[in-house]
Amino acid sequence: MPDVRIGVYVCHCGSNIADKVDCAGVAEFAGGLPKVTIARDYQYMCADPGQDLIRKDIKDHKLNRVVVASCSPRMHEPTFRKTLESAGLNAYFFEMANIREHVSWVTEGREQATEKAKALVAAAVARVFYHEPLYERFADMNKRTLVVGGGIAGIEAALKIAASGNQVVIVEKEPSIGGNMAKLDKTFPTLDCSACILTPKMVAAAQDENITLYTYAEVEKVEGYVGNFQVTIRKKARSVDMDKCTGCGICYNKCPAKVPNEFDEGLGMRKAIYVPFPQAVPNKPVIDRQNCTYFQKGKCGVCSKVCPTGAVDYAQEDQLVTEDFGAIIVSTGFETLDPTLGPQWGYGRYDNVITALQFERLVNASGPTQGKVVLKDGTVPKRVAVLHCVGSRDLNFREYCSRFCCMSSLKLAHLAKEKTGGEVYSFYIDMRAFGKGYEEFYNRVMEEGIHFIRGKGTEVIQRAGELFVRTEDTLLGKYREVPVDLVVLNVATVPRADAEKVAQTFGIQRSPDGFFLEAHVKLEPLKTATDGVFIAGGCQGPKDIPDSVSQGAGAAAEALSLIEAGKVKISPVVASVDEARCGGCKACLALCPYGAVDFDDEKKVAVVNEAVCKGCGTCAASCASGAMGVRHFTDEQILAQIGEVLAV
Amino acid sequence: MNYAYMPGCSSHSSSRDYEMSALAVLKALGVQLEEIKDWNCCGSTPVSSVAPVTSMALSARNLALAEEAGYREVVVTCSSCYSMLKRAETYYRNDPAAREMMAGALKTMGRQFEGMVTVKHILELMVYHLGPERLAAAVTKPLKDVKIVPYYGCLLGRPQKAFDDPETPTSMDEALRITGAEVLRFDRKSKCCGGSVMLTKQKAVLRLVEEILWEAADRGADVIAVACPLCQLNLDAYQTRVNAEFGTSYRIPVLYFTQVLGIAMGLDKKHLALGKTFVPAGRVVNI
Repeated sequence: MPDVRIGVYVCHCGSNIADKVDCAGVAEFAGGLPKVTIARDYQYMCADPGQDLIRKDIKDHKLNRVVVASCSPRMHEPTFRKTLESAGLNAYFFEMANIREHVSWVTEGREQATEKAKALVAAAVARVFYHEPLYERFADMNKRTLVVGGGIAGIEAALKIAASGNQVVIVEKEPSIGGNMAKLDKTFPTLDCSACILTPKMVAAAQDENITLYTYAEVEKVEGYVGNFQVTIRKKARSVDMDKCTGCGICYNKCPAKVPNEFDEGLGMRKAIYVPFPQAVPNKPVIDRQNCTYFQKGKCGVCSKVCPTGAVDYAQEDQLVTEDFGAIIVSTGFETLDPTLGPQWGYGRYDNVITALQFERLVNASGPTQGKVVLKDGTVPKRVAVLHCVGSRDLNFREYCSRFCCMSSLKLAHLAKEKTGGEVYSFYIDMRAFGKGYEEFYNRVMEEGIHFIRGKGTEVIQRAGELFVRTEDTLLGKYREVPVDLVVLNVATVPRADAEKVAQTFGIQRSPDGFFLEAHVKLEPLKTATDGVFIAGGCQGPKDIPDSVSQGAGAAAEALSLIEAGKVKISPVVASVDEARCGGCKACLALCPYGAVDFDDEKKVAVVNEAVCKGCGTCAASCASGAMGVRHFTDEQILAQIGEVLAV
Repeated sequence: MNYAYMPGCSSHSSSRDYEMSALAVLKALGVQLEEIKDWNCCGSTPVSSVAPVTSMALSARNLALAEEAGYREVVVTCSSCYSMLKRAETYYRNDPAAREMMAGALKTMGRQFEGMVTVKHILELMVYHLGPERLAAAVTKPLKDVKIVPYYGCLLGRPQKAFDDPETPTSMDEALRITGAEVLRFDRKSKCCGGSVMLTKQKAVLRLVEEILWEAADRGADVIAVACPLCQLNLDAYQTRVNAEFGTSYRIPVLYFTQVLGIAMGLDKKHLALGKTFVPAGRVVNI
């Protein structure tokens, strides 16, 4: 090994580090460590003068290893690696000691902090001695993008990518795209009709020659890695030949089997062969085999008989197709909390307690009552209560705020007033009108004469046929029971029931609230732990329409920046096999969470697919013969580091 | 099968009928309860409302006594005792600070607790441990044409969820259904009866009691079955006062679920202490 010459740079980070750590003292200490040629402390190592200092020292002092003691490598490791490269050194001859997050921000005494900083610097110096040059590689980028979930976020992402001339496939598990937004009547704060602003985008997606729609389809399996995903998609049997069907609607008009309509939140009925809603895209029916008389009892066949084009195909089977993609956008949306979980809200107990989405269907002209707000007995309610935060901001259910719930509750209150002309009560904890035009909308609704009661609607009871909402009115400082005819529960926004399965399929992590986890809460809201897999919309957390659209467009930009680069960088920090030592036990194959280890049947040894490997080290830790290792995390590097931390 | 038994203060006074019927029913099922020797107050409302942490030390002493006597399970009839003892058990296991406090208090009494004892409510014991089949086998005189609402009160599932759902418990429904009675839906089954606040803010508590009585009457219940001495007292002894306050005319017997079970099991009525209620048990008893 040529003579090792290490440079150590201790950063003050303004006062962030220097307030707690004696930086000059640490630098002086580092100067006395073996193989250290030069050690300095400086105000801001990440600034240009700081980097210039390193470059100059590499030249003047012939340094071939560099240690920077500053912040978390998550922030500036790439910065300093580039500094080394620009000075002609391999980027991996660099090591970072984190004396900010791990020392100055969390240690109380100055003396203790300085001691800990010294220990971490000594460890980094010991480690960098063993560093080896590593080289990044590049793989080709497939230009096709998969969008999973055809709600407003997914549609927006697909349209933006398609506009750039690149190919997109939307996989939607329902028979139509549109998502939750398609169920809404009006949208806040402008009160424009939801369908009127959504359907043009749905139609545009269907007509765009760069977009392929797979509705009534689900992703089964994802293999490969960024730039080169192989995705298996199950196209569920629609029982209707999409090419022959003209969407005339005779089949569902004649179908005798009636089923509660999930699009109308169970309020109305649909047929067993159905189109979920009038503006569905594609506007072609599907047979719900569970509820179809022909499929359950073997007779009926009415739809087949009446179809003028012979499009009904009972023999159709699920189809599995595997396609290649370079990037994936997951926009699978959200659900709402099951209101029967809180019996105190009265849902399921009392007829006239409904959810916000049910109310949306009631006021919608294409809904089960053609837009009339009526009670179970068909009469118009004279008093309507809208309850905010049902299950949200509640440690018994969901701790988080459902974000758009205040504004949608205001909209529902407005619609209730408009449709019934009765008294409308809004029960809220705090009014969160945070967005553009939202406070103005709140003021407008207040002027409409809605009764705002600052108190959580904690309980709905029925007595002698009359409903009462119980609350502690925190403005009056009084307990109140408000008699009403209809209660609308704005229940919490929750992750979809299959979120865990979807997360596993795409290698996405979940935050404690169950939603999909972004790579960085502030700076990387659309990326995930898996390169090339992005998230957008309500699957990441409760979001209103403007936010979902922004995220859809943002995810498209993420995908396009990969596509336009044309290549993807593959990190050299991956596992590697010492073939001479590998016993071929295959233990690592089963343990690898990314499926990155294969087996060479001829040589009887494990083989690492470097493009898929994340360098997590699970295989190396489990390898009985010590054949598996992870580059840049070798035993001697880590043991040297640990040895120094414990020695000081 | 023998269990340690924590009677609590009311079992020896206002709810003597609960204790008698519980012991009789369990005896018929082949279960013996043995009273913890030298047990003390569970630390309920009077203590826990002013010294919530210290009150757990009182419960811990009872658990320590049971443990010393070699028991692994303490059975409790009173919901308030149950809530307090269960709280002490849970905190002892999971909260180091509370455990230290309890251990310190016990040490001054020359005792210690290893955390080996589990607290069980009698409903939990009957429905989930002895099991419905065993109860059903003991029913000799099934109740016919009797409509019952099960009233659990607030404390069985609170503060921590234990053996049944805090909002919609079902264990008593299950026990009562075995008697042959018609067990009615009861939305207010886990509402608060007002507890000891009846003594200080009577008007407020009478409203709570009235609402419970209203639903029972509205559903046509012949009997309200309870599992807590204070629930029984508030619903039974204050019915006249509710009627005077609200102009109502409720007259619904309030029996312990153990009494109802005992009747269906054909046990001697003397052992079930059926004559102690303010609103006479009437029709149900004569079956």
